[in-house]
Amino acid sequence: MNFSVYLYLFIGMGLVTYLPRTLPLLYLAHKQLPQWLIDWLGLIPVAVLSALLAPSLVTTAAERSFSLGKPELIVAIPTLIFALKTRSLGGTVLIGMLLYWLAGFIM
Amino acid sequence: MNSKEEFSSSQQKIFQDGAVAAWPICLGYIPIGLALGVLAQQTGLPWWAVAMMSVLVFAGSAQFICVAMLAAGATIPAIIFTTLVVNLRHTLMSSALAVYLPGVNRRFLALFAYGITDESFAVNMTRFRDGGWDRWRALTVNHIANATWILATITGTLLGQLVPKGAFGIDYALTGMFICLLVFQLQGRIYIITGILAALISIVWYLLIPGDSYIVGASICAATLGYFLQRHYRRSK
Repeated sequence: MNFSVYLYLFIGMGLVTYLPRTLPLLYLAHKQLPQWLIDWLGLIPVAVLSALLAPSLVTTAAERSFSLGKPELIVAIPTLIFALKTRSLGGTVLIGMLLYWLAGFIM
Repeated sequence: MNSKEEFSSSQQKIFQDGAVAAWPICLGYIPIGLALGVLAQQTGLPWWAVAMMSVLVFAGSAQFICVAMLAAGATIPAIIFTTLVVNLRHTLMSSALAVYLPGVNRRFLALFAYGITDESFAVNMTRFRDGGWDRWRALTVNHIANATWILATITGTLLGQLVPKGAFGIDYALTGMFICLLVFQLQGRIYIITGILAALISIVWYLLIPGDSYIVGASICAATLGYFLQRHYRRSK
């Protein structure tokens, strides 16, 4: 692939990445938002993060089947406890990586 | 937002606060960015293409998918369409951030929107909710995270095959980050319930429906259920 093919690809990807991030903000920041919408949007962060995370812990990506006992899930438990106790984002990333690395030797 | 307050805090203080909030994101982005760069290099992307992608796209998961699709010989329209689907969740995040940026000028919003990622969103929302946070600090978080991401991905392509696959638990950096960002959001019973609902719905949705609709679909379902539960609970009190 040459330069211009990459350029077209990444400009296209860039547009479909940027527009979903900018249009709601440009529109909603200048609206008087009703209270129900503010309440609903307040629950969005926890819902999105949970939906991003949960399937990766208990399913296999290749055949999309349910699987308890993946190292991802087992490591997630001490990592979650660490995050709850310390509330340290950097520390949690490091602990998670370390435990997952160690799990790779054991499991 | 009080503009006098913003001017009274010095630029250096804003940068410091932004950097303190951003560094854990950077810590997570370095291994993930390196991993993406290594993968891209092994797929045959030159370093400048990775640099161009990180500047123009700045969306980690979409970039990983792009590299995987290029490796599988996918067409350019297919990759762009997949990117759109994967990034639709950001419409929800952008909407949620609008609550804390009322009436801010559109040029600022256009610049700010570029840096809305899962990670910067979660960090900024937590800070906004706790107070003592403003749009300039939030913008600093976005841009420090972005600069780190670009450098990490380029470095990854240059290191290339020096890094063995799966070394140092690199593959878990993103998961670890999501776990802690989720913990930050658990600020009461209704948030915990909504999080559990989202987890259950997303798992079932993921198993039953092909594609990536489970992220947006489960988020909307869980937030809506959580909202009605919260309203019911408030009324019955």
